[in-house]
Formats: sequence, structure tokens, C-alpha cells
Amino acid sequence: MDAVAPAAPDRSDTGASSGGTGARGSRHLGDYAGVVPFFVYIGLFLLLPTLIVVVGAFQANDGSPTLSNVESVLTEQAFLAAFGRSIWLSVVTALLGAVLGGLLAWAVASGDPNGRLRPIIVAASGVLAQFGGVMLAFAFLATFGFNGLVTLLLRDSLGVDPQESAGWLYGMNGLAVVYTYFQIPLMLIVFLPAFDALRREWRDASESLGGSSWTYWRHIAGPILAPSFLGALLLLFANALSAYATAAALISQGSPIVPLQISTALTSEVVLGQANVGKALALAMILVVAVVMTLYALIQRRASRWAK
Amino acid sequence: MQTKRSRVVLVAVAAFAVIVAGCGALGGGGSDAAATATTAEGMGGMTALEEAAKAEGKLNVIALPRDWANYGEILDAFSAKYGITIDEQQPDANSQQEIDAANSTKGTDRAPDVFDLGANVALANTTLFAPYQVGAWADIPDNLKEASGLWYSDYAGFMSIGCDAAKVALPATVADLLKPEYKGMIALNGDPTKAAAGFHGVVMAALANGGSADDITAGIDFFKQLNDAGNLLPVDPTPATIASGQTPCVIDWEYNNAAQANDTNAAAGIDWQIAIPTDAPPVASYYIQAINKDAPNPAAARLWEEFLYSADGQNGWLRGFARPILQEKLVADGTIDTEALGKLAEASAAPVVLTQDQLTAGQDLLTGNWTITIE
Repeated sequence: MDAVAPAAPDRSDTGASSGGTGARGSRHLGDYAGVVPFFVYIGLFLLLPTLIVVVGAFQANDGSPTLSNVESVLTEQAFLAAFGRSIWLSVVTALLGAVLGGLLAWAVASGDPNGRLRPIIVAASGVLAQFGGVMLAFAFLATFGFNGLVTLLLRDSLGVDPQESAGWLYGMNGLAVVYTYFQIPLMLIVFLPAFDALRREWRDASESLGGSSWTYWRHIAGPILAPSFLGALLLLFANALSAYATAAALISQGSPIVPLQISTALTSEVVLGQANVGKALALAMILVVAVVMTLYALIQRRASRWAK
Repeated sequence: MQTKRSRVVLVAVAAFAVIVAGCGALGGGGSDAAATATTAEGMGGMTALEEAAKAEGKLNVIALPRDWANYGEILDAFSAKYGITIDEQQPDANSQQEIDAANSTKGTDRAPDVFDLGANVALANTTLFAPYQVGAWADIPDNLKEASGLWYSDYAGFMSIGCDAAKVALPATVADLLKPEYKGMIALNGDPTKAAAGFHGVVMAALANGGSADDITAGIDFFKQLNDAGNLLPVDPTPATIASGQTPCVIDWEYNNAAQANDTNAAAGIDWQIAIPTDAPPVASYYIQAINKDAPNPAAARLWEEFLYSADGQNGWLRGFARPILQEKLVADGTIDTEALGKLAEASAAPVVLTQDQLTAGQDLLTGNWTITIE
């Protein structure tokens, strides 16, 4: 997903290559030796798994080619519903994360750049953005679960039935809240540089020419920030779509979202031989991300047109 | 860590032995008769089988945790009775890993001699098994064995409801679970689309509500009612959730539930009691025994099966809260361990065991419906 990380807003030198002035023919293979580990890594952990997923999705259990795995993904109500919920969850938490995280980034950016609070917030966000998975699920269970601190406090002080006060955590609403928890700091980390790139002088120039605050945001800051914002939004979408461990730790009955459906297909001990249906589901997820990335590229091209 | 180190040494020694065996006398001599024997008589009777097994002196077992269905006691008893050394490989492996290990060690003297498998894995791999009929063959029900002896069921778990009687009364029937006093109390062990225990819990609910093993719709509907009433907990029960009181009632295999009625829980004030619901016939799932057709110790493998289907082996499982397949015969013979039997819940009718087709049909139904059922 690094490929979709938001571009720095002042990326005006896109076409210029650093080696552009040198003699192209004199490049040796040795120049590329440094990137070999990177390509090996990409090959082993991105391309190979993708290949296994794509091939497996079109294979029956005996290895013969078949369309039945893909067909069941496209026709079975349970799978379609899971995709619907996954996309809902990703869109909602990406939007919440982008808006709340964006506002937070704005607040941090407009504060004193050498102040004491800023490095603390940035460091905390760096940690919290990666604080997903089982740890985060456990933290929420320990706080808001049936035996959670807050739940028991509410029960003992106000007599609230834990069923009423804690039930939400174990379903889609719970997932949305927990996912938003790691989306906001992630948004802050990836979006803060865009705010920092806004120069004070631009605002001064706008105001000295009689522009209002609205004019500044509408015609200057907005267009500059838009590509980064959209890029960050997509990153958050993909982040939520692919998250598995948090959901697996939180939800024990039912498989509402696609990563959990894939897990069921791969690990069920009741009916065996569903691994390739799981791969077809994974292929469909890859396609969803591919569609979103294409849209992003189109929007990005249009949004950054002003820069040329 | 002493044991871990000695295990590493053991593995190294075994690996060396494999290499040496591979260069020299692979397969050894004298066991050819055992490798093809389909009954003890085919070996010249039990005494001859014993002699051949003692001559081999070794038995490789796999995926038998010592605290699972009391296997520790059974393994020790076999070893002591016949003087045969048992190599306990990968005790925590699952059924599929047993098969994988048999394939990867095929032809070596490290290959597992015998399997203890989940039914679906066993049925998918019958080509790896050697047919053998134990002495008590006739007493194993026909639907729980393969006619030629490729595989045969060994012990069962019944679906049960365990409850902390200190908190709430033990329900007698599945229908009782809908009562308001069980609000926020009932947990099902595992998602039924993934875990066999959870799946059979739904089957039990189906049988109690007019459904059948062929069509478990009624069971899914029951869980929907249970969920709508707020009685079903969205928590996966474990010994920890039981000990901490999060899951006061658990629908699970009887041997799992029975193991919770232990001293530690009792000391913590948890009075764990187990019922097999009376409004449905008991729902059972049997594990399956089979002999590896490439067993490096074919005679010991066959003697092991004879031992498991003797009163000693069967009572061994019973003491681990598993229901041995020859339970009725042992009761009739008067050889059953009555104390161990007394610890199991009452079960009136003959158990219902699902066929592979019924499992698949139920699974298809659940895949499409379970997530929306418990929403």
C-alpha cells in the first residue's frame, strides 16, 4: 500500500529524473544491486502470494481449472453481504478517520512548530496507528466488554444491564468504533506533512489581496491539500478493508466481513477443501482495491492539474 | 527446559537413524506378515501378534496429547504391559497435520504407525490406511466403521450444556435455554461455520426443535430466538472465561465441559454441572482409529488397536470423560469402570451421528445464514 501513500503537495518535479543528465548507456547492472533485496522482498511477499491467490481462485481441489469458486463468490448471498459490510465498514471508518484525523492534523499544524505538545502527539499517533490487532481488541474488551471496567462501573453505579451497555462492541458497530481508533492517528501521520507544506506567505498574500478565509481555503489550501487528502482516504480505506486480527479477536460468532469469511474458508474443521473459495474471496478483495486505486489515480490527475 | 533439550537430542538421533536405515536395511524383516494382516488370526493369533510387536519393540503415535481423553494413562499402560517403547510425536498436532506427517515421513521409521483422526479428515484419506479388524469388531456399530476395517470409530463426545449451578439452575432441555433467567449467560463453543463443537450445538438445537440431521434449519432458528432474547453471548468460551464467570453456561462437547468441573474451579466457587438435554437425542461425534499402511511397526500398530478396544483401553478413555464405542459391551460384560461412568451425564436415547453428506448440507446452510442469524 506504500504505492498509494499521499504525495507531497509540492511535488512539481515529477518528470525530472535524477540521472537524467548522465549518459544513459553507461549504467551498469551493478547500479541496481542495492535494490535487489527490495525486489526479492516484493517478489516473495507481494507477487508470489498474489500469484498463488489468483491461480488458486480458478482451481478445483484436484488442481483442475474451474470457475465455480469465483461463481460462488459472486452469487452466494453470504459472500455478497460480507463484501457489502466490509465496504461499509471501510468507507465509514475511513471517512471518520480522515475528517477527525484531518482536523487534528490542522490543529497540530497551526500550533507552535517548536512547541512541546507537537512531538508528543506525533509520537503517540505513530504508536497508536499501529496499535491494531488483538491488543486493541483486548483493550476495548477490558474497557467496554461484558466484564469491562466501564461496563461493570455502569452496572454497579447506575444498574445498567451489561447486555445493554456492552452488546454493541461485539458487532459491526463495535468494529467501526475500534477501527476508527487506529484510523485517526494514521490520518494524522500521513496528512500532517501536507499541512506543514502550506506556507504562511500564501495566506498573507491571499489576505493582502483582499481574500477572505473562505477564499484562501477554497482556492489555495483546498486544491493543494485535496490530492493528499484523497490519497490518505484511500490508504485508510485499504487499511480497514484488509484488517483481520482486530475483527477476529472481537467477533466470535458469525463472519460479517470478508477477511473473516476467508478465515472460515481456510480453517473450518467442519467442511474441508474450501481453501480455494477463500482464495477467490481474496482475489475479489484485490479487485476492490484495484478499482479504488484506479479511481484515485483519475482523481489525483484531475486534482493536481492546477500544478502544471 | 531439560525435556525440550532431550527432545532435540532425540530428534537428532532419530534423524540419524533414518539416514542409517535409509542406507541399510529399510523396513527390516519379519514384519511382512504383520503389514498385511487384517485380523489377529491372520498373524496366527493374539500371542503371535504380541510376540511380533515385542520384537519390533517400538510404536510411533502422533497427535495424542497426554491430557486429551486420558491418553497419558493409556500410553503408559500399553508401554508397561508389552514393554514397547512409544514415540509420542507432535502431541498438539491436529488431524490434518497427522496426515501431512504421514506423507512427509513415508518410508522412514519415523512415520506414525497409527492415527486418531477427526471423521472428515479420516474419510478424505482412506487410501493411507491398512485394513484391520480388532477382536471386538462385531461390537462396533456398522455405521461407525468401514466394512473392510480401513477405519473404525473409537470414542465420542456428546453435545452437552455446562452451567455454573452457583449462578443459575442447570437446564434440563434445550428449550429451557430460552428462559429469561439465562439472559446474557449462554455461550456456544466456536462459530459453527468453523468449529465442529459449535456446529454440533446447532444440530442439537435442531433435533430439539423438530429438525433433523438432514435439515438443521430449526436449529438456526432456535439460535436466532436465543440471540433475540439476549440469552446468547457473543463470547467464545474458554476455561478462562468460565473461571472468570463471563460464560456461566456453555454449549460444548461433554468431555470439554466435564473437564471444567475441576478442583480449581470448585475452589473459586464455580459449581460446574453438565446436562445432556432430554428434549433431543444425544448428538455425538466420534473420533476414528486407523493404521498407517506404511507403518514402520505394523505388528505394534495392530497390537495397539487391540489394546485400545480391550476393556483397559476403553476404560482409559472413559476416565478422560470420552464415551468409548464399546461402552454397552463393557456394561454387559461387567468390565466397565462404574465410577468413571458415573461422572458422565445421563443420556437416554441412542446418539445421532452425522454422515459426511449431512455435515456438508448443514454447513452450506450455515454459511449462508449464520452471520445474519446472530446479527
